[in-house]
Parts: sequence; structure tokens; C-alpha cells
Amino acid sequence: MQLNNEFMIQLYRTMLMIRRFEEKALDLKARQIIPGLLHLYIGEEAVATGMCAALRRDDYISSTHRGHGHCIAKGGDISLMMAELLGREKGYCRGKGGSMHIADIDLGILGANGVVAAGMPISGGAALSIKMRGKDQVVACFFGDGGSNQGAFHESLNMAALWKLPVIYVCENNQYAISVAQSRSCSIRDIYLRKDAYEIEGCMVDGNDVLAVYQAAKETVDRARRGEGPTLIECKTYRWRGHYEGEADRTYTYRTKQEIEEWIDRCPIKRFQKVLLDQGVVSQVGLNQIEQEIQSDLQKAMEFAQNCPFPEPQDALKDLYYEE
Amino acid sequence: MREITFVEAVNEALHEEMARDERVYIFGEDVRVGYGKGGPFGATNGLATRFGPERVIDTPISESAIAGTSVGAALWGMRPVAEIMFSDFLALAMDHIVNSAAKMRYAYAGEATVPVVFRMACGAGVGAALHHSQSPEAWITNVPGLKVVMPSTPADAKGLLKSAIRDDNPVVFFEHKFLYSRLREPVPEGEHLIPLGKADVKRSGEDLTIIAYGAMLQQAMRAADLLNQEGVKVEVLDPRTLVPLDRETILQSVKKTGKVIIVHEAPTFGGFGGEIAALIAEEAFYSLDAPIKRVGAPFTPVPASPILEKFYLPNAEKIVKAAKEIME
Ligand SMILES: Cc1ncc(C[n+]2csc(CCOP(=O)(O)OP(=O)(O)O)c2C)c(N)n1
Ligand SMILES: [Mg+2]
Repeated sequence: MQLNNEFMIQLYRTMLMIRRFEEKALDLKARQIIPGLLHLYIGEEAVATGMCAALRRDDYISSTHRGHGHCIAKGGDISLMMAELLGREKGYCRGKGGSMHIADIDLGILGANGVVAAGMPISGGAALSIKMRGKDQVVACFFGDGGSNQGAFHESLNMAALWKLPVIYVCENNQYAISVAQSRSCSIRDIYLRKDAYEIEGCMVDGNDVLAVYQAAKETVDRARRGEGPTLIECKTYRWRGHYEGEADRTYTYRTKQEIEEWIDRCPIKRFQKVLLDQGVVSQVGLNQIEQEIQSDLQKAMEFAQNCPFPEPQDALKDLYYEE
Repeated sequence: MREITFVEAVNEALHEEMARDERVYIFGEDVRVGYGKGGPFGATNGLATRFGPERVIDTPISESAIAGTSVGAALWGMRPVAEIMFSDFLALAMDHIVNSAAKMRYAYAGEATVPVVFRMACGAGVGAALHHSQSPEAWITNVPGLKVVMPSTPADAKGLLKSAIRDDNPVVFFEHKFLYSRLREPVPEGEHLIPLGKADVKRSGEDLTIIAYGAMLQQAMRAADLLNQEGVKVEVLDPRTLVPLDRETILQSVKKTGKVIIVHEAPTFGGFGGEIAALIAEEAFYSLDAPIKRVGAPFTPVPASPILEKFYLPNAEKIVKAAKEIME
């Protein structure tokens, strides 16, 4: 696949932005500036980035409890995200949702979700609406290895297959659901093989290789747009941090230090950096400049969020029902 | 008496019941290791090491099947203690709790028993937002065939959980996550059983009854202290079990004080407090010398930002305010 330099650099930029955004969030959480639950995507950036790069602005995504990466990759505003994490008035949910509920309806981001696999039928519904409205949009539905064991996964895939809905199911197989290794929760090793139960297309890709993810995404998005139905893509990847910030697991109760380190060595960003340098897409100076630009964007987002007031207490009562 | 936390009391009950009866087993997500301590809150700490992986089963993330599988095993001689990690996901497990567990004995004309406990962490106060903070007890108190328990203290948690596990009926057992590690109190060692369906007067008084359960008991006790400073003698009553409800103890207290405030963390509208209020209105109307008051959450989901969550949650000050409205 021949990709132009600008596009490749944009992939890099997105991955790095996700990483830096979450490193910032991690720091703020450790200092108890961010309240509530925070699930980080560090190490898995190539999945959201490669997938969303194949989408149009008017396509939809559904996300998970680990959703910052999806949101940024689909074009989410990091200022509004950061403000939401800090519980501020101008956050995406006006402070009502926090990390696990961020959505941007205008960008087709149907929302992070605190309920594992809840995005799956919602994606199917979005796809059904696309079909009913006669559009050529598609839906990318992100979910985890753990989520693939919910009834919602199986019910959704069956419906989508039956009605040839334009959904790309993206399994982010980071190999654990909290402490449970995938081998202890799934009866099969490769989750994408569940495609056969529904006679749909599917494939497995290296989830730490952004170009591989993009390539798979591009093909399946094109198929979905042509009305050829859903696809199940499994991206093998790894979560570097604890299940949520605060899960220290210092004694390595469910995975080994060695395993974590091996995966850190396969960092999707470092790997792609090397590709970019080797292919002469960008120089080291260019990379440094991107880093600086991202730092500066992040700094602006932080300033926006920190200068933003908290909501008024009574705002808790707003927006429950549609009112004229 | 030695003091332990709420979650340690839950854990102790599980240890004791598993040791006592080998039909008892644990079934849920991350119950073996969790975050290195047995479930996200440590409730199942040490069970896998002691009783082996056959009796402490990590399930896939499949709440509907966690509930349904437990019902099936309970029908045929086992005594599962199923764990739904957060009570918000009761919504996913609901079918088998409501349509299977609750109805089998009735449908099979008393021939079947379904001795299963569904434990789950409920409640707000930790900034966990809309999908990890609800108090859904009223979703299921309207389902005949279930027992519903919601302890407020470590000692009650231990005694009620042990009774729930020994009960031959399906029991839904709510544990408030805010209390888990924050509340440390004396808990009897060894055999300590509290019968389901018995309320407890946590503090006696003559002027006003406050009925509260779950994390709201702490707030009710604080409110009672505050009111006491102004000379109001408050009786604080904890139903502990919502189904079956200890009607007598509630009516007795209200007949004595003539005034009552009912407190729970769930939204007031449609909440279980309405059932208690109706009971009092029907059975003790002529003993009342002020309107029944309810203190609960507003009719919205639980918001994330601490400032919003604080506004949302009932607390001692809100209870005192309600008390002043009826104390003339
Ligand atoms: C229905 C439901 N059950 C349980 C949980 C608690 N929970 C949150 S994340 C998680 C593990 C999810 O694993 P996976 O789908 O692999 O996603 P990952 O966290 O690895 O990204 C669990 C059990 C939940 N949020 N929703
Ligand atoms: Mg996972």
C-alpha cells in the first residue's frame, strides 16, 4: 500500500497525542486532580489510530471504558476531553460523565461506555439507521477481548450479519480483562475466528503496527460502504498500565514483569517512528518538532481545562429529558 | 471486640460459609485475583488459595449467564454465591434473577428450591459516575420471590450474608462500595447470624424516627447527633432486609414517635422509601402528627464531577433540614 508522507505523519501525530494526553491524565490522577475511574490506553494507540484513519468524518464509532484513544483518533477535542476528566463545566459532558462517558455526537463518537460490550448493539443500531436512511456511512465498534464474551457481542454480530449492516467490529485484544487472561475466558485463542459462526469476513492483525491496522481497516471499511456487510477485526495488543489507574499490582499477581516489559519493547509509537525514519518520511528534527507541537497543544488544553470553572451544583438536574 | 472493615466482614462470612458447607462456591468476574486481592474491592480475598479454583470460579464477562448458570446449579444441589461486580450490571443479569430464580419455586408448586445469593457492590460517593454508582434496590423489590438485603454495618454484613447463603431462596445482596474500606467496626468472630427480615433499631429515641439503610445509615446517625444537640431525641431504624420487610418494628417505632423520615441513596421518586411510607400511611396514619418525609437523590443519574455528586447525594444536613420541616 502506497501512503503519502503527510498521511503517515498524521498517523504518528495521532498516536503520540493519545500517548501524551494519557500520560498527562495519569499524572493528574496520581495527584488526585482527576476524580473517579480512569482506564488508560497506553500501548494500544495503533488500534484506534489505524482504524479511525480509515473513517470519514461522518462515520460513527462506539467506544469503551478505555475510550480516550478512540475519541482522539476520531478527532475529539482534547481541551473538552481534559475539562471533562477534571469535572469542569465546559467538558464534553459538562462534568456529568467523566472519563467513561465522553461523546461527541457531531463527530459521530457515540460515546465511551462504562458497561462492557454495550457499544456493540448500539453500533448495530447506528448501522441500521444508516441503511434505513440510504447513506454510505459506516460504524467502527471498539470492544475488548473480555467484551467478546458478552451475549451482546454474539447477538450483535448475528444481526449485523443477517442484515449486512455496515459495522466494523474491532476487537482490541489486549489479552486481559482486568486480571483474567484471555485464555481463561475465551474458548478459542483467536477471537476473530468467531466470524465463522456468523459467516462474516474477519481477520487478525498486529495491533501494535499502525499500518497493518490501517490496511485492514481500509479494506473492511470499503467493503462495508459497498453494502457487503460487517467484519470482525482482531487486533492483538497489550495494556501497559494496570486495568485502571490505582491498580498497582506491584506483586505481579496476574501477569509477569517480563511479559509487560516485552510488550513495552513493542511500543507501537517507537516502532512507527523507526518506519518513518527508515523510509525517510520524516527526519529526527521533524519528529522533535511534532513532539513540541503536541506538547504545546496539550499545554493549551490543560490551560483551558484548568481555567474552566466547575459546574454549578444544580446543573446536576439538567438535560434529563428533551424539552422544548 | 476486634474491629474489621465492611469488606473484611463480607470476606469473613464467605470464608466461614465455604468452610462450613462445601456446596457453597463463588462465581463471578475477577473473584480469584482481581486487583491482586480478590475482586476489585477484596471481597473474595484469599478464597481461591484456601478453597481452590474449582470453588472460586472466575467467569467470562457474561452477567446474564453468571446469573442463569447460578440458578441452574442452585436447582441441582449447589449453593452458588454469584458476584455481579457493580450493581449497575444487575441490569444485564436481571433476566435470570427476575424470570428464573424468583419464579421457579412458585411455578413448580413448591417442588424446587433455588438457594443462590447474588452479591453486588452498589452506591455512589466515589466519583465513579453513571454506570458504576447506582443504587438499584427498587428495580427488584417489586419482584415477588426474591429476598433483598442491604446491610449498613460490618457486623450486619457478616451476619446477614451468612444467613443469605443458608437461605433456600434467591437473595439479592447489596454491599455499598463507599462503606467497604471506610467503615471499620466491631464484628463478632465465628458464628454470627442475623435473620433476614429483621430490622434493627440502631439508636432509640422518642421524638422522631429516621429509617435509613445502606450508606445512608451513617448519615442518619450523624443527623441524629446533630438533632440531639437541639434536644430532638431521634430513633434510627435500619430495615436491613427490604424484602421481606420487618413491618412490625417500623410501625412500632412510628407509633412511638409520631414522626418519620425515610432516607435512601436512590432517587426518591419510585424508590423503596415510597413503599415504607405507604405502609406507615396505611397502618399508622392516626399515630402520625406530621407528614411523612422522604430524603433521597433527585430523579437523575449519578453525575461524575465531585461537586455534582455531592449535590446529588443525600446527607446528614439534608436529613436535618427535613427534620426541621416537621418538628415545628
Ligand atoms: C457489563 C460489565 N461487566 C463488568 C464490568 C467491569 N469491568 C470493567 S472493564 C472490565 C474488563 C474488560 O475487559 P476487556 O473487554 O478485555 O477490555 P480492557 O479493559 O482489557 O480494555 C470489567 C470486567 C463492566 N464495566 N461492565
Ligand atoms: Mg482486554
